[in-house]
Amino acid sequence: MSFLDAIAAKPWLPQAAPPPRAGTATAAATVGLRVFLGVISALFGLLTIALLVRSRLPDWQALVGVPGAPLVGLGALWLNTALLAASSVALQAASSAARREHLGAARLALALGGILALAFLGGQGAVWQQFMTSGHFVASNPATSFFYLLTGLHGLHLAGGLVALARATMHAWGEDTVPQLRAGASLCALYWHFLFAVWLLVFALLASPPETLATLADICGIG
Amino acid sequence: MSHADSHADSHAEPLGFWNRYIWSQDHKVIAIQYSVTAIAVGLVALVLSNLMRLQIGFPGAFEFIDAASYYQYVTMHGMIMVIYLLTALFLGGFGNYLIPLMLGARDMVFPYLNMLSYWVYLLAVVVLMASFFVPGGPSGAGWTLYPPQSILPGTPGTDGGIVLMLVSLVIFIVAATMGGLNYVTTVLQARARGMTLMRMPLTVWGIFVASILALLAFPALFVSGVMMLFDKLLGTSFFMPAIVSMGQQLDHAGGSPVLFQHLFWFFGHPEVYIVALPAFGIISDLISTHARKNIFGYRMMVWAIVGIGGLSFVVWAHHMYVSGMNPYFGYFFATTTLIIAVPTAIKVYNWVLTLWRGDIHLNVPMLFAIGFISTFVIGGLTGLFLGNVSVDIPLSDTYFVVAHFHMVMGVSPILAIFGGIYHWYPKVTGRMLDDTLGKLHFWVTFLGTYAIYFPMHYLGFLGMPRRYYAYEGYEFIPASAQDLNAFITVAALVVGVTQLVFLFNLGWSAFRGKPAGSNPWGATTLEWQTPQTPPAHGNWGATLPEVHRWAYDYSVPGAARDFIPQNVPQDGDAEGDDGQVWEGHA
Repeated sequence: MSFLDAIAAKPWLPQAAPPPRAGTATAAATVGLRVFLGVISALFGLLTIALLVRSRLPDWQALVGVPGAPLVGLGALWLNTALLAASSVALQAASSAARREHLGAARLALALGGILALAFLGGQGAVWQQFMTSGHFVASNPATSFFYLLTGLHGLHLAGGLVALARATMHAWGEDTVPQLRAGASLCALYWHFLFAVWLLVFALLASPPETLATLADICGIG
Repeated sequence: MSHADSHADSHAEPLGFWNRYIWSQDHKVIAIQYSVTAIAVGLVALVLSNLMRLQIGFPGAFEFIDAASYYQYVTMHGMIMVIYLLTALFLGGFGNYLIPLMLGARDMVFPYLNMLSYWVYLLAVVVLMASFFVPGGPSGAGWTLYPPQSILPGTPGTDGGIVLMLVSLVIFIVAATMGGLNYVTTVLQARARGMTLMRMPLTVWGIFVASILALLAFPALFVSGVMMLFDKLLGTSFFMPAIVSMGQQLDHAGGSPVLFQHLFWFFGHPEVYIVALPAFGIISDLISTHARKNIFGYRMMVWAIVGIGGLSFVVWAHHMYVSGMNPYFGYFFATTTLIIAVPTAIKVYNWVLTLWRGDIHLNVPMLFAIGFISTFVIGGLTGLFLGNVSVDIPLSDTYFVVAHFHMVMGVSPILAIFGGIYHWYPKVTGRMLDDTLGKLHFWVTFLGTYAIYFPMHYLGFLGMPRRYYAYEGYEFIPASAQDLNAFITVAALVVGVTQLVFLFNLGWSAFRGKPAGSNPWGATTLEWQTPQTPPAHGNWGATLPEVHRWAYDYSVPGAARDFIPQNVPQDGDAEGDDGQVWEGHA
């Protein structure tokens, strides 16, 4: 029953109590995580709007496409993107292995996903290092401010996910039951896919030349 | 629904003192922790407001109130009341206590997260209070914290105060997010069998939609807070324009102060409804219960709550008509602002129609509920004035605005909170609050707040600007305005002191109050049907309740008593848990 159907009901009319829900219900943790993903969407959506507004002001110097821009090549960021994508794929594999009760494969895939995510964070740190050695600090230009802010917040969210993933992995190597492992792996996979999508958005915003940002801002009605 | 049994085995667990009352994962204990903390910090804000009034009513009479401390009082009073008292008390206090009990659940779905939410909230409060003790004192930037002034020298508290304020807000948002995830997921997942969405009491609907608003709106405050911390601590220019401060050209350049205002109000306006929607829900249940009548237009009430929640995200720039934003925005935001009056008016009509020919019991919760309606109508109507750009511009930043938002966002929610406390206190403690003290508390608070805020509308029309430390030497303000200000201050002091009566009542009645029994008001909703009062850990004993009817079966024709609880079956001579025969339902 959709939400709209539900709120069209007339509760004052007598009716028998509905039977318990048939089939497998969604676990509370999954619903909770989905709601949390909504919160993160709001967070990064607002940061995107803020970036677009700020990029329309005259002192903005894009990270690419202008002389002296800090992002000379996108190679490092593409490599990080590949690491995060692989991490996401590994966790998906862990989730499906757990569903098919292949415990060994699930354990390995969980651990691999974690290592790849750590590698991604390390890679992001290397890009920060590269920015700083070339003299692009957080206050150098609003575009670099946004670079540190967005990559930092994204990294913090991933680090938070790593805590959950570490717990799930340790449980998997311990004496946890299959249903718990299955739940943990599928929650981590969902969160990882989402953070990968957020990273693609962040990457696209940071790597956009000024004209693209201007077009986006126009579409959003930011003059 | 299917998860209603998930804590079935936890209700008999023996717990030590620490786990039961301090590191508790029981939603009822967490609710009390949240409420006590919020009320304590609210008292600080109340004292600050009285100190402010002393300066305005009797300028210069109190030497320790200088301009800087006056601005600090204004700022801390506003921020504490809106965020740390009202938001925390409605969601963390009422939400925590009532959602599982009203839905027939054993607890929140994530009890550990719930406990964490309280302790993180407490940390936010401690960080905020710490700003009173740092060099330079707390921020004096006004509760809206507009840059550039909020982080530049000249404004009080720009050393440590503003940093602690922003850090505290960020911590609070983490706590509110953990709480909100719990409230929303519990409503979606943990309802007792038979508790459809449309059988939920309106209190739960209000808290549910307000929690969604909080989850989506607080990120805007988070973003603006973090970006402002960057500007203050790392020297970025998100919001800071090129500026000469104290004769020095600062390093900032090119930032947009209006961007901060957009972000702040994208949070700030839904915040009004984060506070108002739970109040709407509580008032609906109080009026229906104490008028012994089903709520008029239940479906409309639910739709209005959902509609107001949606609309609250598209009105934010009505706070910014004089900000220098594109003037064409004003048309859009004035229109949406006036549209939001429609569902709000539906709610007011429905409350009045519920009272119409009801069996009105003028007890203390009902007095507060009726007081809420008139206060909210008055505050709402002045909102229609201010929602119009051409009326707002001359009134902006005058005492008319102060009067408006205190009626609609200060007094109204606090009346709903008092009504709710008088209503549910018997369930929380098993004892009634003292009636005479309660009536004294109501009448002084109700009449007193009108004595405070009615004259402020007039002062606003005179053009008296808000946030001024002293009003000497302004030719357009007549000398008689000072008499009015002295009168307002006396009224504010009386109202402030009267709250001690309420606190005394809370403490005294917990031990000496009249025993309440399980359902002193004859209410239908599930929280009044628990096997023990106060409810034990796990709420429901061995079996969970089943829900057979909506929350408003009051004065059903042909029924033996004037209410039928939600867990009484529909058919024939159904018996309740206590062996009570409820007779047939037409």
